Amino acid sequence: MKNNIAHDSAIKHAMGKAIFIDDMVEEKGTLHAYLGLSKIAHGEIINIDLSEVEKAKNIICILDASDIIGVNDISPMGLLDEPIFAQKKVEFYGQPIFAVIGKSRLAARKAAQLAKIKYKEHKAKININDALLAGGEEVTPPLTLERGNTEQSLQQSKYRLKGSIRIGGQEHFYLEGHIAYAIPKEENEMIIYSSTQHPSEVQQMVAKALNISTNEIVVINRRIGGGFGGKETQSNLFAVIAALAAKKTKRAVKIRPSREDDIISTGKRHDFLVNYDVGFAENGRINALKANFAARCGFSADLSGPVTDRTLFHADNCYYYPNVKLTSQPLKTNTVSNTAFRGFGGPQGMLAAERIIEEIAYKLNKDPLEIRKINFYGENERNITPYHQEITDNIIAKLVEELEISSNYKQRREEIIKFNKNNKLTRRGIALTPVKFGISFTATWYNQAGALVHIYRDGSIMLNHGGVEMGQGLHIKIAQIVAEQFSLDLDRIKISPTATDKIANSSATAASCGADLNGMAAKRAAKKIKKRLIEFAKKKFSCKKDDIKFINNEVIIGKQKLSFAQFINMAYLARVQLFDSGFYKTPNISWNRDKGEGNPFFYFAYGAAVSEVQIDLLTGESKIKRVDILHDVGNSLNENIDLGQIEGGFLQGLGWLTFEELYFDKKGRLITNSPATYKIPLASDIPEIFNVKMVDWSKNPAKTIKRSKAVGEPPFMLAISVLQAISMAIASIADYKICPRLNSPATAENIFMSIERLKSEI
Amino acid sequence: MEYKKSIKFILNEREVELSNFSPNLTLLDFMRLDRGMIGTKEGCNEGDCGACSVLIGKIKNGKIEYMSANSCICFVGTLNGTHIITIEYLQKINPPLHPIQKAIIDYHGSQCGFCTPGIIMSLYGLFLQNPKPSEENIKIALQGNLCRCTGYAPIIRAAISLSQNDALSDDRLKNHQSEIIKKLQIINSEKTIIIHNKEEESEEEEFIIPANLDDFAKIYLQKPHATILAGGTDIGVWVNVELKKLTPLIYIGHLNELKLLQKNSDNIIFGSIFSYTELNKYIKQYFPDLTDYWLQIGSAQIRNMGTIGGNIANGSPIADLAPVLIGLNASLILRKGNKRRKIRVEDFYLSHNKQDLSAGEFIENIIIPLLKKNEHISFYKISKRKYEDISTISAALKIEISKGKIINSIFAFGGMAAIPKRAKKAEKILLNQPICEDIFIKSAKQLEKDFTPISDVRASKQYRMRIAQNLIRKFYLELNNEK
Repeated sequence: MKNNIAHDSAIKHAMGKAIFIDDMVEEKGTLHAYLGLSKIAHGEIINIDLSEVEKAKNIICILDASDIIGVNDISPMGLLDEPIFAQKKVEFYGQPIFAVIGKSRLAARKAAQLAKIKYKEHKAKININDALLAGGEEVTPPLTLERGNTEQSLQQSKYRLKGSIRIGGQEHFYLEGHIAYAIPKEENEMIIYSSTQHPSEVQQMVAKALNISTNEIVVINRRIGGGFGGKETQSNLFAVIAALAAKKTKRAVKIRPSREDDIISTGKRHDFLVNYDVGFAENGRINALKANFAARCGFSADLSGPVTDRTLFHADNCYYYPNVKLTSQPLKTNTVSNTAFRGFGGPQGMLAAERIIEEIAYKLNKDPLEIRKINFYGENERNITPYHQEITDNIIAKLVEELEISSNYKQRREEIIKFNKNNKLTRRGIALTPVKFGISFTATWYNQAGALVHIYRDGSIMLNHGGVEMGQGLHIKIAQIVAEQFSLDLDRIKISPTATDKIANSSATAASCGADLNGMAAKRAAKKIKKRLIEFAKKKFSCKKDDIKFINNEVIIGKQKLSFAQFINMAYLARVQLFDSGFYKTPNISWNRDKGEGNPFFYFAYGAAVSEVQIDLLTGESKIKRVDILHDVGNSLNENIDLGQIEGGFLQGLGWLTFEELYFDKKGRLITNSPATYKIPLASDIPEIFNVKMVDWSKNPAKTIKRSKAVGEPPFMLAISVLQAISMAIASIADYKICPRLNSPATAENIFMSIERLKSEI
Repeated sequence: MEYKKSIKFILNEREVELSNFSPNLTLLDFMRLDRGMIGTKEGCNEGDCGACSVLIGKIKNGKIEYMSANSCICFVGTLNGTHIITIEYLQKINPPLHPIQKAIIDYHGSQCGFCTPGIIMSLYGLFLQNPKPSEENIKIALQGNLCRCTGYAPIIRAAISLSQNDALSDDRLKNHQSEIIKKLQIINSEKTIIIHNKEEESEEEEFIIPANLDDFAKIYLQKPHATILAGGTDIGVWVNVELKKLTPLIYIGHLNELKLLQKNSDNIIFGSIFSYTELNKYIKQYFPDLTDYWLQIGSAQIRNMGTIGGNIANGSPIADLAPVLIGLNASLILRKGNKRRKIRVEDFYLSHNKQDLSAGEFIENIIIPLLKKNEHISFYKISKRKYEDISTISAALKIEISKGKIINSIFAFGGMAAIPKRAKKAEKILLNQPICEDIFIKSAKQLEKDFTPISDVRASKQYRMRIAQNLIRKFYLELNNEK
């Protein structure tokens, strides 16, 4: 069943018939809202003059903070630190101050430019350095993970190294930008179509802003055009404004920012400055690690707490630290509030871990892979994480060994070292890096899900669950699970839009858990109905449970054969309940943040990649010659969908680590605010040779749906091998004796400057 | 002057006649907002993501050529006499599903699906041009289509399967063109067309489509404040991103007189509205060293739409062709009314955003001297992302050698100054010198006297200077390998 089942909407995608929110037939009299954004990064608003905006052609009205009936806040953590509209103070360039409602989007957009706003500017903290220099104010309490005696162990280590790495942020660049469409109904009721990963949160935010109960609001989407974390909380702003405008005008209101405004006004992946101090032995084995993770969080907390927590949770990657102290520093800056992005802080922690490995390898003049292996978590010992969870499902050593052999790593590395000796202008590098990624929301209460299964009299099934389809193939995976319960063809299952009136209190579709949580809930719903059907059949046909079989769209009862539809109608007539819900919560997880201890993760997903690159010493340009990936998805629910996540995640990671660069000018304006300046990977950026395989022997020891493993985020971090391969190519200049300390992203300029630095250090 | 007041084109299977529309109306907005054709998507609205890709068919030498284009920066007024094909039409061409659609489905080439219609249209454009594209051709054709989900690998696998199976051999559009050609030939009018937008009473809004070059020269002289529109790849961005209202617009992209190509013993001469794609084969023929550089200009869609003259006339300091043409010692024929003058490209750029172009004057032809046997030239473009990116710096480096010595040199750079500019001090050092590394290193050092580059979003000034210097060194090393 798991082979060659396409995405549920593949045909509609290819025909241009998949309806995204902006494609919906509009309600009569639909109006369009557009945001007016601040033009300074930090300061006070002295005066707002919107007279020209209001007078502009085809403008209906203005919407500002005074129109907010409820609370002027969309902080997902309820911290009251993220206003819908800035009132007195402006805290980042691009912060919404007002919205204008017009008869067309173009009219509203043009009018919004006519605002005259006077500010009193304050000094703005744009980057991590600014924030640290200004005293290091934090947006949310930091976390410490600690085990053993780090200070003493550092002092006692034979070798000790201190260093730092700068890690850049990343723009999500979902192809479908943010959009919300609010349609007012009777009295307080409202339907909101929102391109969000978290309809339930949008629902709550809208209710809060309108000061009405949550049950008045229905939030719906059928699919979103990419999310990657960028629509976990960032959709709230647009949905709330559409709802406020619909409330004010009593008409349907749509809001869709331009690509530039979308990039400027919504959060991104966190940039980091990581300082590390590591003690290790002659053989490269780490004895103690102390590291601090300072993050650019932007002006508000948003999800920066859990994001920077997850950075610490992944600062071990696959490595055992006998003595460890990790601290986070979620810094406040006058930039847009950074948010969730595939990996949710994990990639930055892992990148730092791999840098530390590299440092040790170059210090001891060894292959970094050797250092990796000697530091791998053990299977039964040396298996306690910095957060005191015992790792019981470790397969990294076997996985890496298999990849090392299949990619011919050793021989290729030797050849590359030879190549580098004989080449003045180009250099090559190769690196094998592993990934271990913890699965579950660290906010334990998010690890719950619901699903709804309706069987109609003709045997067709309506399936609904709390997860959002954003391209990851969640819906088809869940449909497969339900179809399998009744042994039906997939075309008998209709996947209905995600809607808050079907499943209450759904969690964000995030943390790679969509299929784990909703799949299990859907299975439970289907099982309840199936159980009832079997009871019914037992009585009706006076047979035993074992005589009843669901096979190939039919129900076989002893010697009788009925089509599923016939059987279902029979059950209906006998008044059997043919719909039910299922609920699932992840077992055995706990987390005590104050103590920094617990079992936050249900299980771990593993993977590894070998990348080979070539760099041009005269320009710093790089190209990727070959990548081999071996990734663990457990027992795959759908191999093609999973392959898509691995390939796509890898390339997104590659972009983050190579040429995707966020550039804020001194005034805090994000200059890379469009695809003209912010470059994501193209078809021609994929490796010349790209071998991707899934581990065929792995089964999830945790009791997940069909023993599969989550696959959304973990492959993103396989791209770290590219950065390390580039680093090795640079290191060749100093005969692999100096760690190039290459920061991310490794743009041509960054590579070139590292080359120059190494040359000067020889 | 007698003129027509409407345009006609074929949109999929329907003929569309339009009068009275805004000169700044784009094809994408027309389809999505006016016609409810929602299959084509808006991803960035500035010609960079390809989600809005459609095919535009134009008659050339009695045949119809379909090229991918970004409908978001394509003004409706430019469509007179063309055939537009969108994703909605594809399954009607080869029901129930076009082979490209089927391959994308079979190879799992869509995830969120937002970029998919655009990707399919780009691939269709490729296969109509080249039924058996290589993997390289496929990647190049997709450089104007961003996908954030798949990592492109399944899309490329799908396209390779189509190529191997010659899947488009029975394509109905490819094999039944005579009817469309007939229809389009009737549309192509002999008269100038002027579209007025009557909804906007407060100001005159005009889209002018001159019947011929002489008419254009005349009209432009009367309306020197008008914006000339050919490919629209920049102008579309001014309208969509900078929210400029441009009127009147004079469209010249259909003027065959601006597409003449001549060659004599010393030069090639070509009209200013050749697109990058159209000129590619000639460029390849006469300047094979430009082939790689050419592919670093924009994307397939941009190369199909954008024109050589537009790239020069806009005067950007980072225009891809400026250093190329300066390096090749090219000249422009500028025309104003019936008066013509010749100017070297090098002298055309006066200062930031200011060109030697007077009111009512336009670029008619471009003249490039053919390379002499003893001339060696290399072209370089450094950008953050190798393809479909704006250059950090670009360069055309040329020397002429006689009896083992350098007797002439042109080092033209983009991105190093407010205008595309020669490095005259660096060039001078080389004169009458033998070809050895030392002298090129000395020359590179001189760049510090020629230029004071700036730091910006693309690179720091230090990097720009060092790389420019290294390109001179690279040029020497490549020269040496050739020998």
